[in-house]
Amino acid sequence: MNNSVTNTARLLWAGLRALLVLTVVTGVLYPLAVTGVAQALFPGRANGSEITSHGKVVGSSLIGQQGYSLKYFQPRPAAGLGTNSVNTRYKLVLSGATNLAADNPKLVKAVEDARAKVVKDNSVPGYTVRPAQVPADAVTSSGSGLDPAISPAYAELQVHRVAERNGLSVARVERLVKEHTQGRALGFVGEPQVNVLELNIALRDLTAGR
Amino acid sequence: MSPVLAGFLQLLALIGVLALVYIPFGGYMARVYTSPKHLRAERWIYKGIGANPDAEMTWPAYLRGVLAFSAVSVLFLYLLQRFQGMLPGSFGFSSVSPAQSFNTAVSFVTNTNWQSYYGEQTMGHVVQTAGLAVQNFVSAAVGMAVAVALVRGFARSRTGELGNFWADLVRGTVRILLPVAAVAAVLLVAAGAIQNFSGIHEVGQFMGGSQQWNGGAVASQEAIKELGTNGGGYFNANSAHPFENPTALTNLLEIFLILVIPFCLTRTFGVLVGSVKQGYAILATMATIWVGFTLLMMAAEFSHHGPALQAAGGAMEGKETRFGVGGSAIFSVATTLTSTGAVDSFHSSFTGLGGGITMLGMMLGEIAPGGVGSGLYGMLIMAVIAVFIAGLMVGRTPEYLGKKIGGREMKLAACYILVTPTLVLVLTAASMALPTPPHSMLNPGAHGFSEVLYAFTSASNNNGSAFAGLNANTDWFNTMTGLAMLFGRFLPMVFVLALAGSLAGQRPVPATTGTLRTDKPLFTGLLVGAILIVTGLTYFPALALGPLAEGLA
Repeated sequence: MNNSVTNTARLLWAGLRALLVLTVVTGVLYPLAVTGVAQALFPGRANGSEITSHGKVVGSSLIGQQGYSLKYFQPRPAAGLGTNSVNTRYKLVLSGATNLAADNPKLVKAVEDARAKVVKDNSVPGYTVRPAQVPADAVTSSGSGLDPAISPAYAELQVHRVAERNGLSVARVERLVKEHTQGRALGFVGEPQVNVLELNIALRDLTAGR
Repeated sequence: MSPVLAGFLQLLALIGVLALVYIPFGGYMARVYTSPKHLRAERWIYKGIGANPDAEMTWPAYLRGVLAFSAVSVLFLYLLQRFQGMLPGSFGFSSVSPAQSFNTAVSFVTNTNWQSYYGEQTMGHVVQTAGLAVQNFVSAAVGMAVAVALVRGFARSRTGELGNFWADLVRGTVRILLPVAAVAAVLLVAAGAIQNFSGIHEVGQFMGGSQQWNGGAVASQEAIKELGTNGGGYFNANSAHPFENPTALTNLLEIFLILVIPFCLTRTFGVLVGSVKQGYAILATMATIWVGFTLLMMAAEFSHHGPALQAAGGAMEGKETRFGVGGSAIFSVATTLTSTGAVDSFHSSFTGLGGGITMLGMMLGEIAPGGVGSGLYGMLIMAVIAVFIAGLMVGRTPEYLGKKIGGREMKLAACYILVTPTLVLVLTAASMALPTPPHSMLNPGAHGFSEVLYAFTSASNNNGSAFAGLNANTDWFNTMTGLAMLFGRFLPMVFVLALAGSLAGQRPVPATTGTLRTDKPLFTGLLVGAILIVTGLTYFPALALGPLAEGLA
C-alpha cells in the first residue's frame, strides 16, 4: 500500500515536471519566437492590419464594421455579435454567428426583412431592385459577424444608390467597385469579394477630392 | 468559374498537396518514433522530467504515464483559470468559475477543445498562451504516443515492451508538432492573422467612434490548434474570425494542417509494421470516407434546402464571404471527421442534412482520418473488428498483421467501440428527460434536439465543435460534457493500450493462403462497410429524430 502511494506520487511528480518543462517550450519560447519573427517581418499584419485614412486609423481591413450611412456601401448583416457579459468594464467586439437553424421561423423572417430593406434602400428613381436580384450574402449574417467583405453582386446592386447619394455617375462608381473587386486566389480558391471598408475609403476620397 | 467548380478544384488541390507530403512526412514520423538518438534539447527535457527515455514500458506502465501526465495537466489548467484574476498579462480579466474551469481544463487536455466560454472576453494572454495552447501541443502528442504504442504492439512479438511514454511525448512535441506549427504560424501572420501581446485597445472606425479589441498570440495558437486537431478558438467565432483565418488561402492551409498528420500517420504505421501496403489500405479507407463525406456536404450545402436558406437564395448564413459555400463545406467535413472541432462556418445554420453529415462524421468515431493519433488507433480497432467479421464469415480464427485476434483482443476492441455511443446516447437522453437542460436550446423542434445530440457527440468523441446556439455554460452541461470528454478520451486509451500489450506478447502467425489479405482493396471495402454499419445501426434512431427529421421535412 505504502509502496503504491509512493509510486503514484513519484509518477505524478514526473508528470508535473514534464508539463512544466513542455510549458516553457511550447507555451513561452514558441509563442515568443513566432511573435519575434512576425513583428520583424510583418508588423502591420501581426498588429491587426489597421488602415489609416487622412492620418486617422479607421479600422482594420480584415474586420467588418457596422453602422455605415446609406451614402456608403453596406456590409452584410451581423445579427450574431455578442455583448460583453463577463469582464463588463470592457466593450469588446465579440465575434459570433446567429446559430439559427435553416428551418427556424425567426431566421426566415430575418432574411425576408433584410431582403425588403435591401430592395427599398437600393431602389432609386430610374433603377428598381428586383427581390430576386438580392444575393444571399446581403441577407444573411456571417460566421464571425465581422465579415469584412461582400460579394461583387451585392456591391453592384448598391452602385445606383451610392452614385445618387454622392452625386457621382453610375459609371464612375461601377469602376470603383471593379477596382476593389478581388477575384479568387490562384483563380480557384475562395470566392470573389469586395472589401467594404477599403471601398468606402476610396469612395470618400473620391467625393472629398471634388 | 462557378462556385461548385471552384469548390471541387480546392478539394483536388488539397488532395494533391496531401499526396505530395504523404511519403516524406509519414516516413519522417516513423523515424522520429524509432530513432535511437536523442536531440540535445530533448536530453535537457528528459533531465527536467527526471525520466530515462530509453527505459521500455509495459502497457500498464505506459498507461500510468499517460494518465499521470493528463491528470496533472487538468489540475494545472484548472488552477490557472481559477487564479486568472491574480495573473499579470491577463487584461485584468476575472477568474473563471469552477464549473467552467473544470470543463475547459478537461476539454483542452482531452484534445476536445469544447468551449463554453467566449474566448475574447474570458481568457487573457497567460491562460491562452501558457495554458490552453500548451495543451494543444501535448494532448496531440499524447494521442500520437498511444497510437504509436498500438502500432508497436502489432510490430513487436513475444515482448511486453511498448516503448517509453516520456520519449514519445517529447519527440512528438519537439520533432513533429513544433517545427510544422512554427512555419504555419508565420504563414498565417503573413496573410493577416495577428500575433502580438498588446492589451485591450481602441481602434478608430470609419463612421467615427471606436471599437475595442484585444491582441494575442493568435497565429501561433491557430497553427497548433489545427495541426494538433484541437480546435479551440482564440476568439468565439473560431476560424471564421478574420484574425484567425484571414483569407481563402489560409482556409485551405488550415484544412491541410488538420488533415496532414492523421493521413500521414498511416504511412508511419505501414513503415513500422514493415509493409507500407498495409498503410495504403488504411489510407484508402480513410480517404474514401473523407472524399465521400466532402462531396455529400457540398451537394447538401450548394442545394441549400431549408426555408430560410431558400428564402436567402443560398446557404450563406453563418458562412464567410471569402470562403464561400465550397471552402466552408470542405472545412466542416475535415473538422468533424478528425477530432478538431475548429469551425470556419457555423454548423447550426447549415442545411438539415449538412448538419447531419457533420454529426455522422463524429459518430463514426473520428477515424477518417481522425484526430492526431486517435484517428489511427480508432481505425486500427475497426480493422480488428472487420477481420473478426470476415473470420466469422469463413469460419477461421481471424488474424491481422500476423497477430491472432482472439477472445481477449475482441473483448478489448468491443469495449472500445461501446464507450462513446454509451456516453452520447445516455447523456443526450438524460438531458432531454430532465426539466432544465432543454432550456439551453436556441432553436425549436428537431433542431433543438440536434443541438443536444451534437453537444454530447462532440464531447464524447473529443471533437469540440458545436451547434453553438446551445447555451452550454450551465452547471449541467459544463459538468456532463466534462465527464463525457474525460471518459470519451481515456477509457478508449485504456483498451487500446491493453490491446497493444496483448498483441505484443503474441508470437507471430505465419500468413497462409487462407489468411485474409489486409493490404488489398477487398479489405478496404470490408472496412468501410464495417464502419458504416456499426455506426449507422448505433446512431440511426438518434439521427432520425434530429437532422434527418429536419433535412427531410
